[in-house]
This record gives sequence, structure tokens and C-alpha cells, in this order.
Amino acid sequence: MMTKRIIPCLDVKEGRVVKGIQFVELRDAGDPVELARVYDQQGADELVFLDISASVEGRKTMVDVVQAVASELAIPFTVGGGINALDDMKRILRAGADKVSLNTAAVNNPELINEGAAFFGTQCIVIAIDAKYDPEIGTWRVYTHGGRTPTERTVIDWAKEAVERGAGEILLTSMDEDGSKKGFDIALTKAVGEAVSVPVIASGGAGNAQHFLDVFTEAQADAALAASIFHYKETGVGEVKQFLRNAEVNVR
Amino acid sequence: MIGIIDYGMGNLFSVSKALERIGIPYVISDSPETLNKTKGVILPGVGAFKDAMARLREKELDQFIYQYVESGRPLLGICLGMQLLFEESEENGLFEGLGLLKGRVVRIPERTADGERLKVPHMGWNKLHFHQEAPVLQGIKDGYVYFVHSYYVDGMDTSSLLASADYGVTVPAVVGHENVSGMQFHPEKSSATGMQLLTNFAKAMERSEDIL
Repeated sequence: MMTKRIIPCLDVKEGRVVKGIQFVELRDAGDPVELARVYDQQGADELVFLDISASVEGRKTMVDVVQAVASELAIPFTVGGGINALDDMKRILRAGADKVSLNTAAVNNPELINEGAAFFGTQCIVIAIDAKYDPEIGTWRVYTHGGRTPTERTVIDWAKEAVERGAGEILLTSMDEDGSKKGFDIALTKAVGEAVSVPVIASGGAGNAQHFLDVFTEAQADAALAASIFHYKETGVGEVKQFLRNAEVNVR
Repeated sequence: MIGIIDYGMGNLFSVSKALERIGIPYVISDSPETLNKTKGVILPGVGAFKDAMARLREKELDQFIYQYVESGRPLLGICLGMQLLFEESEENGLFEGLGLLKGRVVRIPERTADGERLKVPHMGWNKLHFHQEAPVLQGIKDGYVYFVHSYYVDGMDTSSLLASADYGVTVPAVVGHENVSGMQFHPEKSSATGMQLLTNFAKAMERSEDIL
């Protein structure tokens, strides 16, 4: 059967990898191509590159970085950030990315999902959702613009709509857990996983290998994404996989 | 020299970069004349079956493929490119394929026989189970490869099934009959295992020396 995927995420700003702790404090952690090569060798199943500032400052993801990474990597990778139109998707996918991830642009213009899926196929379209629990409505609310702007949408409804429109995968980030290192948001991941028929990537909160095991076994996530714990070598992809293997989780 | 058939339906960049990495020269072309000078061709493909067949026919690449296979040189279909080798597909209707191999392309069911829910597309790394020995599988030990697809081949000849993956149903993963072969997954995205598979395919081209 299918293996659970471990996906390091590289947040890119001006060609360099940075990681936003709770989306605000940034630290420099290196060259994207170099990091990509290291993660491939460590056994990463995929990589995600996100231009975290793109939605705010209108910055376009650098095609050069995508091309350089694509020449180096023999595993799939997704690029998000600064993708606001079909032309942006074409630019990124033709530079060698396997998937594009849409966040704010898809919320503002859901038709973009249909356009992308029709042109490239659903397997190329990842919908990234930044989710934060809202006690007033008793469920998770969708945020846009790098987690700065609350919307009227709830996460479950938006995930369902995105899949109906042609999303091939959901990249689900818990803003409540992101940067906390206290573990993935099990309830959120489980709820979205049960609501949609496509793979769900859990993101936000990874602090150790046990957290990956929890999100795979308790929330049935298909994949789990993390950044800082890998970048700052708190644990390696290989170590997490060995831990999962010992716990009889199917990994590559 | 490997020819990559360019009919506007594939991530040619990834396939070509993978060939560069393993040191195999290639040419990307939609011209039968150019492609006919190669020792082996790859038929890539991402997208819908119907559109892919229409484009192949439009450029008369279907006829080229038949002649190429007839000449005895190796052909490798990747992902949708593998599905096109079969008789027909149920993707958004019923459409005729190249018919080089026996079988029908059908949708992955949403539940297993036991009622367990299956996510479609089948996306991610899955393990290969080997059915028989073949040159293309030489040296493959860790058999994890990267799949992205919503349709799979049903009812194929077991004699052509070289390796499969388990996803609620048996998904034919590596198929081969004489000089026609296919991979449902993406070898160009399957790390060291994928590179070995492509290297093995390139080795099969050595026999084309006598044909050219």
C-alpha cells in the first residue's frame, strides 16, 4: 500500500530559504538548491517551496530557482506563492515544478482552480489552506495573505469546494500550531481528511518524530510537512522515517 | 540517442533532466523523421487520454509509433504514455488507444472490496511487487516509485505484467511485451530507483545498433 510522505518545506524569499516562526520572525537557513539536494539524499518524499511573502508584496516566485531545483531533484516538488493566474502556473510548471499550490488567489478567485485543473490536470493543483480555530463559530476559519487576513469561509467547506473545482491535494496548515513544535493539529487534519477525497498534507506544529506518527495514525494524514525542525537539524528526515518504520507505519 | 515524443502532453522537462543526470543523450521532437533516427523512444504524457490520442493522430505520431515498434526498437510509455499503449480507456467516455498491449484503462475505484475508502488520484510513493524477471527491472531492490494517476489498466495479459503496486486494486506498474514497455509511475521522479529503471531502458537500446 501507499507510503506516508514526509515533505520538508522551504520558505523562499529572494532566492534564499527562510522560515517564519508564526509567520513573523524570519531566520536565514540557506540555499534552496543545496537544501533540496540534501533532503533528496535524506529520503524526503517530496519538497514544497513557498514564497511566503508573495501574497503580501506581490512578489513572483523566482523561475530561476525552480529551474535550478528541477535540474537537481529526482523527486517531485510543489511551488506556491505569487501564483495569481493561469499564466503564473504555466511559468512555474514549465520551469520544472510538478505541482503548484494556490492559497489567497484561489480564495479570491476560485475559478482559478477550475482553469488550472482543466489545463494541467488535477494532479498539478494543490490548494493550500491556512486554518485557525474560531471559537465563535465552533470550527476553523480560512485565513489568507500569509495568515494575516481572516475570511468568511470555513475550512471544511472551502476544502470541499476546492476539491469539487479540481484540487488534487490539500496542503493544510494549522495557524494555531504553526511554530509551536507541540505537534500537528490532529482534530483539524482529521476533519478535513474525512471531508475530502484527495490526499491531505498536514502542516504546522511538527516538533519531533512522535508528532509525525500521531498525525498519520490518529488523523490519517497522507503526508506531513515540516520546515524548521529539518532545516535546523533538530531531527532528520531519515530519523523520522526510521521512527515511523519501527512503529509499523508504511514509509519509503 | 533517445527520442522523446513531443505531442504537447507531458512534463518533458523532468524526463529530459533525468536523462541528463544519467548521461543519456536525447532529442525532443514531434517529427517522425527526427524521431526515427533514434535507438529508443519515450512516450511521456500527463493529461486526458482522449486529448492525447487526438494529438498523436493529428501529428500522425500514432503511425510513427507503429512503424517504430515494427522496426524492433524499444518504446517506453510513461504514466499516460503507458496507458495509451493499451486498447481503450474509459476516461470521460470510451476511447481507442494504440492497442499495442491488451487491456482497458479504467478509473481507480473509490472503495476497496472491503469498503475501505481510497483516495483518488493515487498520489505518492508505492511499493513495486515483481511478477517476473525482465531486463528493465535489473538491479531494482528497493521498489518504491512515485505514482500520480486516477486511472489504471485492467484486464491485461499477465504475461506482460512485470511489476504491480497495490492500491485497493492491483495497479499494473511496469508492463512489457517484446520491445514495448510502460511505467504507470514517474521514473523521472522516483529518485535512485527511477534512475535505475531509465538506465535499464537505455541499455535495451543497445540492440537497436543492428536495426539502424
